[in-house]
Amino acid sequence: MSQLTLAKAITTGLADALEADDRVVLMGEDIGKLGGVFRVTDGLQARFGEDRVMDTPLSEAGIIGTAVGLAYRGYRPVCELQFDGFVFPGFDQVVAQVAKMRYRTHGQVSMPITIRVPFGGGIGSVEHHSESPEAYFAHTPGLKVVACSNPQDAYTMIRQAVASDDPVVFFEPKRRYWSKGDVIPDVEDAPSLDSARVATSGSDVTLVTYGPLVQTALDAARAAEDDGVSIEVVDLRSLAPLDEEALVASVSKTGRLVIAHEAQRFGGIGAEIAAMITQRCFGSLLAPPLRVTGHDIPYPPSELEDHYLPDVDRMLDAVDRVMGVRV
Amino acid sequence: MLTIRPGTDTSTRRGQLARLIAPDGERLHDSDLDPWVADVFPEQLLSLYEDMVVARRIDTEATALQRQGQLVLWPPLIGQEAAQIGSARALRIDDFVFSSYRENAVAYVRGVTMTDLLRVWRGSQFSGWNPFDVGMATPTVIIGAQTLHAVGYAMGITKDGADAASIAYFGDGATSEGDTNEAMVFAAAYRAPVVFFCQNNQYAISEPVGLQSQKPLADRAPGFGIPSIRVDGNDVLAVLAATRMALEGARTGNGPMFIEAVTYRMGPHTTSDDPTRYREPAELETWKELDAIERTRLLLVSDGVLTAEREALVADRAKAVAKELRDGCLSLRARDPLTIFDDVYAEPPASLTRQRDDYAAYLASFVTGDEEATR
Repeated sequence: MSQLTLAKAITTGLADALEADDRVVLMGEDIGKLGGVFRVTDGLQARFGEDRVMDTPLSEAGIIGTAVGLAYRGYRPVCELQFDGFVFPGFDQVVAQVAKMRYRTHGQVSMPITIRVPFGGGIGSVEHHSESPEAYFAHTPGLKVVACSNPQDAYTMIRQAVASDDPVVFFEPKRRYWSKGDVIPDVEDAPSLDSARVATSGSDVTLVTYGPLVQTALDAARAAEDDGVSIEVVDLRSLAPLDEEALVASVSKTGRLVIAHEAQRFGGIGAEIAAMITQRCFGSLLAPPLRVTGHDIPYPPSELEDHYLPDVDRMLDAVDRVMGVRV
Repeated sequence: MLTIRPGTDTSTRRGQLARLIAPDGERLHDSDLDPWVADVFPEQLLSLYEDMVVARRIDTEATALQRQGQLVLWPPLIGQEAAQIGSARALRIDDFVFSSYRENAVAYVRGVTMTDLLRVWRGSQFSGWNPFDVGMATPTVIIGAQTLHAVGYAMGITKDGADAASIAYFGDGATSEGDTNEAMVFAAAYRAPVVFFCQNNQYAISEPVGLQSQKPLADRAPGFGIPSIRVDGNDVLAVLAATRMALEGARTGNGPMFIEAVTYRMGPHTTSDDPTRYREPAELETWKELDAIERTRLLLVSDGVLTAEREALVADRAKAVAKELRDGCLSLRARDPLTIFDDVYAEPPASLTRQRDDYAAYLASFVTGDEEATR
């Protein structure tokens, strides 16, 4: 076990994946000598060579599209898309090609491609650098969509994503890249990639979130304790498919649900969870499920991003509402 | 006239066009291309001729099947036989094809069975064959997307230290897509062993090639650092030679090459299209004079190879393939409804299995007429 930042945990996971399977290749913009703009691939090209850690031309469609061809040839590409707001030039190749290939070839062609995307706000950046586009991908059959929230998961989930025979869109919470935690570099006993995790147990309210907001939710749970409210924080980890059983188990226990994500509300992951829980836990719900999300606006300029991003207070406000403290 | 669209300089294009068989069947000579087909004697040319005749017969038969309601759609390739047969016959078994949806003659050359060829157009499946059995990927409908796949595959060939190549088939319309241009950027950057084979059939559905480019399409590639050649796409020998040349360059570390095969889509875009709305009948008549099959036939006759007996054998072969196609089409049965849930993931997630089960239960809730009668 060692203490690693979340970014370094991914670096370690990628290095171990490159070591474990010589068909694994990394591709992306600035990932070689520079080690990526967030340094997640730092040192990997020096260690594994330019043939396996490839700087690519500046074309997201090119990165994903050539990864498709490499997968056809038996490779296992790991693509870095530099920022969340830059995924769209590669969107067609992801949703029309990567996601559908297994289906349209009746299982004959696998696309074991991992698409890494640093996502979310809170770093005071310029436009197109703070977005949360996960719902677009979660809406697409054939893709697995995951988000890690802590160094241990970052390590195990990237290893599992690279080993997956299905394409995985791997969201990395960029404002938590520098959070430190204990990491056991082992995937043998790790929970499966599509499972949710109870980050802290509680009995009054289920607070579901993922990625950067898991830490915020844990902070909210600690603050609520002082008011005698017991929050169970569920870290989704997998956004598609959803670990429905874990969510149903938690809400069946607490009877109250709050869902938080940075992404805008309409048609988001929260809507899907609210609908699913309302259907499956209708009898045990003590209050309507609530969502704490970004507003239905484009991501705002950074000096006002605190008014967009869900924080501890907004989460606690929703908790108060489902507890009936406020209406 | 090979190009008769506004905004294009037809005389320049004609001047640049590489050609080995003239429209009247005369064998022309080209010092660049001749060495690549030095082994193609009249007997071998007869085999290429036969493939082109078969390809046209496949097209006629499939169009008829569509008109009879047996296929949901068919994209005819009539007029493009030389471009497809000439290029596909240049490929080795370990090369890999990434095509668009009109490359049915390429699929035929790669060994795809007639039944498998029709699965997509029958509406049965999205993929007719196992790509790894024939070295040809499932055709791509999104215009130009497959060019990047071909480049990625070629990058993999390089990593493997193999001497194979990949080939991307696409049309004139695809040259406007970002993917195609990005594919050329990547191919040049990594010196990928890939051949860009552009069939300029003059139209993207209704849009003339002049709308995609004011310059010959082959002129674009050098800007990416990729050498190109503009070849008469209705000349099977010239297409074979150019593709062999490009493949050899790819295999020997010289990187990608771009071939523009100038041809003409004599039929509609698909069986749903009506080309009389956007082009004059005279244009088709002009291109009929340049037909690939007829010019090859004239050459073979003048060489004394294509006797009446041999012509009959070719016709028999085409007839047999057409029968195989028709029988194969009619043998296809609809799949079980629940198979629509298959192969979304390597292992279906629990939520999808639940959806499938719910739908199965829904279907089972209907009683059939027979069951009703026995109640």
